[in-house]
Amino acid sequence: MKRKHRLMQGNEACVEGAIAAGMKFYAGYPITPSTEIAEISAEKLPLVGGKFIQMEDEIAGMAAIIGASLTGLKSMTATSGPGFSLKQENIGYAAIAEIPCVIVNVQRGGPSTGLPTSPAQGDVMQARWGTHGDHPIIALTPSSVRETFDLTVRAFNLTEKYRVPVILLMDEVIGHMREKVELPDPSELTIIDRKRPTCSSEDYLPFMPEADLVPPMADFCTGYRYHVTGLIHDETGFPSNSYQVADQLIRRLMDKIEMHKEDIITWEEENTEDAEILLLAYGCTARAAKAAVKALRSKGVKVGFFRPITIWPFPEERVRELAEKVKTIVVPEMNLGQLVLEVERLCNNVTKVERVNKINGEIIYPEEIIRKVEEVL
Amino acid sequence: MEKYEVRLSGSGGQGLLLAGIILAESAINEGKNAIQTQSYGPEARGGASKSEVIISNAEIDFPKVRNCDILLSLTQKSYDQYHEGLKDGGILIIDSSVNVGEDHGMHQVYSVPILETAVLVLNKPMVTNIVALGAIVAITKVVSHDALEQAVLSRVPKGTEELNKKALALGYEIANNASRQ
Repeated sequence: MKRKHRLMQGNEACVEGAIAAGMKFYAGYPITPSTEIAEISAEKLPLVGGKFIQMEDEIAGMAAIIGASLTGLKSMTATSGPGFSLKQENIGYAAIAEIPCVIVNVQRGGPSTGLPTSPAQGDVMQARWGTHGDHPIIALTPSSVRETFDLTVRAFNLTEKYRVPVILLMDEVIGHMREKVELPDPSELTIIDRKRPTCSSEDYLPFMPEADLVPPMADFCTGYRYHVTGLIHDETGFPSNSYQVADQLIRRLMDKIEMHKEDIITWEEENTEDAEILLLAYGCTARAAKAAVKALRSKGVKVGFFRPITIWPFPEERVRELAEKVKTIVVPEMNLGQLVLEVERLCNNVTKVERVNKINGEIIYPEEIIRKVEEVL
Repeated sequence: MEKYEVRLSGSGGQGLLLAGIILAESAINEGKNAIQTQSYGPEARGGASKSEVIISNAEIDFPKVRNCDILLSLTQKSYDQYHEGLKDGGILIIDSSVNVGEDHGMHQVYSVPILETAVLVLNKPMVTNIVALGAIVAITKVVSHDALEQAVLSRVPKGTEELNKKALALGYEIANNASRQ
């Protein structure tokens, strides 16, 4: 097949990635700046035997992908701003009932309807703790159009493998930006499908984990009848008030991620070998940080670059290692300080942590980061 | 050529987003790297909107325009809002209706009747963006004519190819007739 470079939008790359990963169902309610994901899914899903449905609101969109996933279909929804808030209750349901699904959040300025057409990174903590109770979650954050494709594929793979909701945390810049990209041939991709039961339907215990802490999942309407609930439940899927069952379930859900951290966590780093100052940035802000590193390196400043790609769980161990090596970590983000809280927690008494924050709806400029670095030099 | 930063500004509904996409695709047609971003308000029509394109032979880290080489302003409001950032010696292309006052000493300013050409000569306001692209490329040579025409024809709706070719040619013509101020 002939490869072709083409100009592609981040939101479009997200749908291309989803379809390449095997998405067969999309439900949602369009909202700027994620609308193109719904539009393009509506156009493309029927061509691959999939279904698109526009629901009455974001809550219903989230509920619909949970239902579709239970029938065995790889499912996704996309939203932004207040829509992400509305999805939270059902994200918790997907977490406790271990239902694979991908939730895309193209971040815009908040709170509430905020700045509908402007970028922000104000949903970092909401992605982790937006739904109530201790719960597992994975969040991935792309910083280019090509990476949006790759991480959408990865989001599906992780959600299928670990039966945990996966959030693709984009931002308006990455979602709307068009870049020259070359997509991989489908044959080059690794595609993971959920484990399905190998026992008979009579012997099936729907929430009995295997050694990897993940229970095999039967598709609805295939003869494996089972109960699904948001209540604490035992391995049969029926509710339980037992202290022991509650303790075991929540611990297993959390351990499921903890146990596989090394498989889940990814990051990018550059120029960290001799760095005295480290720029830690993600999403569109990482583009400014990368430009800042190049400009500062050309002036001889020993500055390095670290970009968490998996933002939740956070790459704690690597950041702790780097904190031992550098004098200062600078964390630029388009909020008043969210991911920096993780960095501060990890680097307490080890190295200095400085912030660069912007919340006016504009992307952080390289020169704003450079100014901060020159200040702390 | 190292790197060109282009900002297209005007009013929502003038098709500048599409113009930015076409300009970026023209650059890709020539084997260059390109990135296109946009900024607009919540309103579908009116307001001030901008579409930005960076063209380079190298990797482009920061996606937004910081040192603008080429600025197009189709309306007074968009000129007022977005002209800051045009670098010294940069090229400013304005519609004839835009008044830049006294602040243009440092720039190469071209006043071109883009809106008038689309509305009165072609009688098709929807080709304003294509006339504008013709004018920009005639003045700046930021991409080749062939690459631009190929990109325009692959993006416009079927059945409008001749109209758009004409709009492009007229854009070239009015730009070549426009004198530098």
